[in-house]
Amino acid sequence: MKRIVAALLAGALFGIGLVVSRMSDPTVVLGFLDVFGAHFDPTLLIVFASAVATSLLGYRLALGRGRPLLDSDFHLPTAPAIDAPLVLGAAIFGVGWGLAGYCPGPALVAVAAAVNTGLVFLPAMLAGALLQRFVAQRRAVA
Amino acid sequence: MNAYLSAILGGVLIGLAATLLLLLNGRIAGISGIVYGLTRRSPTAEWSWRAAFVAGLMLAGGIAMRLSGTPTPSPAGIPLLVLAGLAVGYGTRLGGGCTSGHGVCGLGRLSRRSLVAVFVFMATAMVTVFVVRHVLGSAP
Repeated sequence: MKRIVAALLAGALFGIGLVVSRMSDPTVVLGFLDVFGAHFDPTLLIVFASAVATSLLGYRLALGRGRPLLDSDFHLPTAPAIDAPLVLGAAIFGVGWGLAGYCPGPALVAVAAAVNTGLVFLPAMLAGALLQRFVAQRRAVA
Repeated sequence: MNAYLSAILGGVLIGLAATLLLLLNGRIAGISGIVYGLTRRSPTAEWSWRAAFVAGLMLAGGIAMRLSGTPTPSPAGIPLLVLAGLAVGYGTRLGGGCTSGHGVCGLGRLSRRSLVAVFVFMATAMVTVFVVRHVLGSAP
């Protein structure tokens, strides 16, 4: 139960952070990605730098404890190699991000706020994820 | 609030949220991974913390967005939104993360995989916006 409350709290903080930083506004995101445009907007670079600086510091403190407060072990990603799926996946994600200005977090917030473009984007995103799983399973069988 | 100040404050909140999830639950706050985990069959304890994280994000984020004025929609039209959604879903699953997992959390752990992923998705996103806005010359 404590872990559920902790996750709820972390999620809430994350959601508020996305809105306060304006990362949840697709026009701000696209304004940042438009590096060659006349109205280049550096806001997101500041958001990114401040978020990463905070997590760098916070993660050092958290991981330095040896174990989390509410669990026996840390659950960290184990995939070691820089491989083709990583690069290809990131490349495809970037194209989608650049087309609409939504990444998964802001898309969830947009749906919660009943923004119509988010309501179109999110189901397509889930379909894309399911499609990837389907393709991967087909490959594994073949 | 000054746009740069709110950018710094918002970034700190995002970093704190990621720190909190690691410090308390020992988990990485990768939103795409957490959401897709909900579509798989998994033990109840596993499923419930993911659901709680998404619920907190949507509730608090949605309310904050409504309180801060009229939300801005994406400038993309419906066909482009669908295409973009498919690409984001497919790509984040194949590449094992999005802006939060690879960006905020991965860079926070100094992961080389995440550093590569961030460079790649930033680059293709910038090229995409360049092509859409300055080569094809359309509005978004």
